[in-house]
Amino acid sequence: MTIHKPMPAGQVGRSLPRLEARAKVTGRADYVHNMRVPGMLMAKVVRSTVAHGRIVSIDTSAARQLEGVFAVYTGEDIRKIIPEPYYGPAFHDQPILALGKVRHVGEPVAVALARDAHVAEQAAQLVEVVYEELPAVFGEVEAMDSKAIVHDVLKPAGTFPDLKHLHGKKNTNIALDFHLKRGDVESAFASAAHVFEHEFHTQQVMHTPLEPMVSLAEPTRDGLTIHTASQSPSFVRIEIARLLGWPENKVQVKVPHLGGGFGAKLYIKLEALVAALALLTRRPVKWSLTMEEQFYTISKHATTFRIKSAVDGAGKVTGRSCTVYWNGGAYADIGPRVTQKSGFTAPGPYDIENVAIDSYSLYTNRPPAGALRGFGIPQLVWAYESHTDLIARELNIDPVEFRRNNILREGRPQATGTAMKDAAIDLVLEKVAERMNWSAPFDRGSGTIRRGRGVGIGFKASISPTTSVAFVNIYADGSCALYMSTVDMGQGSDTAMAQIVAEVLQVQAENVRVIHPDTDVTPYDMATLGSRSTFHMGNAVKLAAEDAKQKLEAMARSVGAPEGSNLETREIFKKKYGMQAGNVMGVGSYIPTYKSPDSVTGMSDNITPFWMIGGTGVEIEVDTETGHVKLTKLINAADMGRPLNPHIVETQLSGAAIMQLGFTMFENMEFDAGQVTNASFADYKIPGIHDIPPDIENHIVLAEQGGGPFGAKGVGESATFGVSPAIANAIHDAVGVRLTDLPLTAESVLRGIRLKAGNPIGD
Amino acid sequence: MDQHAKSISFVLNGSTTEMLVQTHENLVELLSRLDLYGARESCGQGLCGCCTVIVDDIAVSGCLYPAAFVDGKTVTTIEHLDHDVHLSPVQQAFIEEGAFQCGFCTSGFILMTHQLLEQKPMPTDEEIRDYLAGNLCRCAAYPEIINAVKSAANKMART
Repeated sequence: MTIHKPMPAGQVGRSLPRLEARAKVTGRADYVHNMRVPGMLMAKVVRSTVAHGRIVSIDTSAARQLEGVFAVYTGEDIRKIIPEPYYGPAFHDQPILALGKVRHVGEPVAVALARDAHVAEQAAQLVEVVYEELPAVFGEVEAMDSKAIVHDVLKPAGTFPDLKHLHGKKNTNIALDFHLKRGDVESAFASAAHVFEHEFHTQQVMHTPLEPMVSLAEPTRDGLTIHTASQSPSFVRIEIARLLGWPENKVQVKVPHLGGGFGAKLYIKLEALVAALALLTRRPVKWSLTMEEQFYTISKHATTFRIKSAVDGAGKVTGRSCTVYWNGGAYADIGPRVTQKSGFTAPGPYDIENVAIDSYSLYTNRPPAGALRGFGIPQLVWAYESHTDLIARELNIDPVEFRRNNILREGRPQATGTAMKDAAIDLVLEKVAERMNWSAPFDRGSGTIRRGRGVGIGFKASISPTTSVAFVNIYADGSCALYMSTVDMGQGSDTAMAQIVAEVLQVQAENVRVIHPDTDVTPYDMATLGSRSTFHMGNAVKLAAEDAKQKLEAMARSVGAPEGSNLETREIFKKKYGMQAGNVMGVGSYIPTYKSPDSVTGMSDNITPFWMIGGTGVEIEVDTETGHVKLTKLINAADMGRPLNPHIVETQLSGAAIMQLGFTMFENMEFDAGQVTNASFADYKIPGIHDIPPDIENHIVLAEQGGGPFGAKGVGESATFGVSPAIANAIHDAVGVRLTDLPLTAESVLRGIRLKAGNPIGD
Repeated sequence: MDQHAKSISFVLNGSTTEMLVQTHENLVELLSRLDLYGARESCGQGLCGCCTVIVDDIAVSGCLYPAAFVDGKTVTTIEHLDHDVHLSPVQQAFIEEGAFQCGFCTSGFILMTHQLLEQKPMPTDEEIRDYLAGNLCRCAAYPEIINAVKSAANKMART
């Protein structure tokens, strides 16, 4: 691994184990999954069996008569507490329980409550719902002009200015269209030496955090406390307060450790229903999803991406048009953000003069899609890096050399017009090529085992502009605590942020206590998502620690300590307050600058506070008799500035790449009339220990992020970017078969091989 | 409590324990009633290993194991490994190698590693992979887990 020299004070740049390591290896870490409170009721929801339909009737009488059932509620009961029970971060489109209509299989329609979870489950099965089925739409391209309309009227949340024009719109499934035009792409095509056009698809997949989504709400004397496995406690508080018409301070949201998140536990998911149920019953209510139910709750967008490039005689890409359709499912969740935020990087990390992008977020009658580790970027990189490889092959140019000739270099404008800064795209590409030994001869295998290799690189803009706030509290004995609402879901944020505090205050990181999100105690943070925390919260934490340090120094001066004296912190407090007493509270608040894209041209000269860069190189073996692909080498490289904790960063890189390996090779939500037919680990395979390639390397390129805390930036998603196209490119390299649809199953490889050999396999 | 409740007696982490259990209750549910949360139900099908519990020296999936079946048996959970305050060499190795992220699957991996190293004190990479193939880690800390198993084997060989 390439690593940086440790920082002077030695706390940042240290690979210390996670602060909660002991709790995790002894089975004692806190998760909401574990939580029980006295008098708690368990909730089990009744889910829609049809993809699109009008609710004719709901009969809860048999369920209510079951012994041990506390209550059974429908959407109309929710309305007694919340008159407008629709939630969501981008659109207020999702009912807490269905009202009048259902829009996807698995949509919550009613809920049964009992002390015993088994009784609640039995009761839920006794609820009878009659539907009048409506025509449904499942495909993203089909949804563009389908007669089946998922939402009668669009209801943007008002939080995002670029959704305002959709307010009240009818007869459309388009939940956002983003357009960008730079230069003149049509002239570029007209004058090009070569024009290439391809279409790529990605499939719907699920995050499957091993701690399934879970929330528990307790009524308090004058409000609500919600314990939830959430990546966004501040958002939950604001959204629940909005639904109830309450001030924020009546809703307390607490988050312990998460058993994985990956974007599944973002914004608002189970919290609205448990909040309503706690108020209806005046009892604590816990709702735990099963693994199966997770597949009906949130997923990753399936996409169709049409990409067309103009290339001149020298192998330079002169124009590129991108049309991307995002299958958002029945509720928008954060899909419209994915459409816009990811959409503007659709042409890839290349220096292209003329660009046109059209990106559409579509409602369909599938389970909702939202953020999943990469926020749309892996779907785009899949297409543009497959396309790039195809162009290079067609022009007989080495794929790495072709990328080198077109790469977006420092200072050059990206599609939006924003000049690239602190984006080591070239270093990432060169690191991958170097570790792949790209220029050396390559053993291509023989007989029925053919070998191939491929690369893929991608980039991502950070979400912006968003706010993080942190407090650093120095106690009178000199110990300290960090109060923040960043959620540690396994990425190691507690540890990394403690290292920042320790670096500033010159203490041991292990001795910094990190207070977990509790909106009554910890300050606002937009959310733990999109690799934003290291940069945004990291800056807020650094500012808070510096503020505390300055205040402590001022206190030292106030008690007459000479400048530069080595007076111990506890002595400063003692001199000030006459005993071990008092606090020094440092506050840090951070929001980067930003300019939103022009509503017509999509242009902005300040589109992101930082760029994430990731690259992948793979070597594979293809069995030409079975189509089976074996990954023998996986190289991950990323620019994530200076690593705060190199070992945790490495784990993040390989973890992200392996997760994407699952989405590339086998994970696929299969549907029959809107129902997921493989919604369990028996049928939906995620990567296991046998799927890990024997040779795996993680590289952090030597780079520094300007404006980042100690030069750092986020890394949780970067290693996902290049995986899918690198493998498809390697398959092409090995057996001359090009796959354009994910996942890259043995069946599709074999079909390709046989088709090429003039001996196709029948359906 | 229905009429099918059954009174059972078993040794839990070294102490004799008596409980009334329901016929439909599984071992994870029983343990959670005893405030032991290290075994966790995730997939609910015995496929992910998060609910691993040792019953009479054999690792079982607690989510598929009827609670009533532990009657007369000896049950050991992850919480027992540091009963003398000290972490086991496997636990130490998992920390040193950073062999977890979110930690939700970690109990299962550690208990399976203990069982593996009892049977094969110096396993090869392939043996480690085969043995741990029934445990899933969505954070995919698999490379670090393999390193931790090897490191634990070395620690135990030295003592």
